[in-house]
Amino acid sequence: MDLIVCVKRVPDSAAKIKVASDGKSIDRSGVEHVISPYDEIALERAIQLKEAAGDGSVTVVCLGPAEATKEIRQALAMGADKAVHVKDAHGARGPLGIAKVLAATVKDRAFDALLFGKQSIDSDNSAVGILVAQLLDLPVVSLVTKLEIADGKATAHREAEGGTEVVEVALPAVFTAQRGLAEPRYPSIKGIMMAKKKPIEEVEAPAPSGKLELAKLEPPPERKGGRIVGEGADAVPELVKLLRQEAKVI
Amino acid sequence: MAAVCVFVETSKGKLKKSAAEMMGEAGRLAGSLGGGVDAVLVGKGVAALAADVAKLGADRVLVADADVFAAFTVEAYVKAVTKAVAASSPKLVVLAASVVGKDLAPALAAATGSALLTDVTSVGVEGGKVTVRKPVYAGKAIATVAASTDTVIATLRPNVFEPAAPDDSRTAPVEPVEAGVGADGIRAVVKEVLAKASEKLDLTEADIIVSGGRGMKGPENWHLIENLAAAVGGVTGASRAVVDAGWRPHEEQVGQTGKTVSPKLYIAVGISGAIQHLAGMRTSKCIVAINVDAEAPIFKVADYGIVGDAFEVVPVLTEELKKLRE
Repeated sequence: MDLIVCVKRVPDSAAKIKVASDGKSIDRSGVEHVISPYDEIALERAIQLKEAAGDGSVTVVCLGPAEATKEIRQALAMGADKAVHVKDAHGARGPLGIAKVLAATVKDRAFDALLFGKQSIDSDNSAVGILVAQLLDLPVVSLVTKLEIADGKATAHREAEGGTEVVEVALPAVFTAQRGLAEPRYPSIKGIMMAKKKPIEEVEAPAPSGKLELAKLEPPPERKGGRIVGEGADAVPELVKLLRQEAKVI
Repeated sequence: MAAVCVFVETSKGKLKKSAAEMMGEAGRLAGSLGGGVDAVLVGKGVAALAADVAKLGADRVLVADADVFAAFTVEAYVKAVTKAVAASSPKLVVLAASVVGKDLAPALAAATGSALLTDVTSVGVEGGKVTVRKPVYAGKAIATVAASTDTVIATLRPNVFEPAAPDDSRTAPVEPVEAGVGADGIRAVVKEVLAKASEKLDLTEADIIVSGGRGMKGPENWHLIENLAAAVGGVTGASRAVVDAGWRPHEEQVGQTGKTVSPKLYIAVGISGAIQHLAGMRTSKCIVAINVDAEAPIFKVADYGIVGDAFEVVPVLTEELKKLRE
């Protein structure tokens, strides 16, 4: 069973985000970076599936800056077998631009399933997995909370609006991971040692098409919060009055 | 040729709430993009809803009504909407950033080679280019992005845009769309739908959310959150700590690794307000915090705070709100 997982390097969810002096990017100094959490869930499930099958490989594909080597090594330490680092010296590109690079990277590689996180936690587009599927004309199941692969087909649980859909799909197919699919492991010491010897193929990302232009990045508007209505249950009547008469939300 | 083409979502034979929001924004943008508004309806038995869509401001309604669209599948729907968009040839295609819209919009962008802008909170036209503002890093920053493809696809965040008021006197021509897709064209097949225990609105589309955190001390106390939510007509959410502890299902999680929400009213009970949680709910219109710790960061973003024990405050608040409803 051959699986490819696309992972992105992002600031940790606990990080404070500061806009850099150019007004178009974030200040990355002192910011901890990690594999985007949903990508990590996808990666964990891929490793589990390969281990259960007892054969095949998990390949990690990462479009990102030179520094993303750290996240790639992390993925290899978790149990991926090899990696492709599409080095991007150009910075931000839109979701379709990212998808085109990733689709071109994986299209000539054999795989049974191609996995993504349902979204990256930096640009929050929830789009790249589906874009790549459409570009490669592959079926896609998004928001997957359970995934089994056997006999050339996959069964996935998808978190839909009215309930959980049980979806059957012929392979190869694309899946995007939702929380619940797997609990990412911590790499073992042995895993970390082995990761140093695993191959990372490096390719250069092409220049972006420039169809999307990030004009400005700014902090969100400050909320003028901080008003304490009172203490304990005695404050409830005043709160209800404010919600009705001032905020007018109930 | 239309200026804006709107994919209108339906559910159980009715237009979804987001339909009026998408139509409202499309109507406001159509003028500056120089044209009218086309609306697209896809489903089984949805043709009857075309009149409702016309009342919301559509100049033309494109309808793909067939058995194959009975349940949403990205493979079938993208074919129908791609055909509709080709017939409409708009400058901007608008969808809700809902579970369906988030699947459909990227597929449509790839199929048509259009730039994709997601989960936007405002849309404008500057120098002829569609320019949007969109939260990134779960709202820790706001990006302004301009797109320069002939057609631009945008998903709009639910609960943010002013809905169109229906005008009962409006009508619009209805045109069928032949999607040319049958059941055999769907490779990812839904075999079964496992219903949820309770049928509730997705958090991202809810008007009122009552969320509980670690201050609730355990899952056995969640009836307090549920009762408050019921009293105020809202749905329940949860903090990451609570979901990680297995007290609540992950689909209830609000925050950077959960859902980003913008309800009219957000009540945070026993939630201290970690950065990643605040990121997910700070765009709520009104925030109420109930927490025993007066120093909790949640109070800094809350419009109204009560410092106190949730177990004491919440039942009283629930009773007061129930009285209002009676």
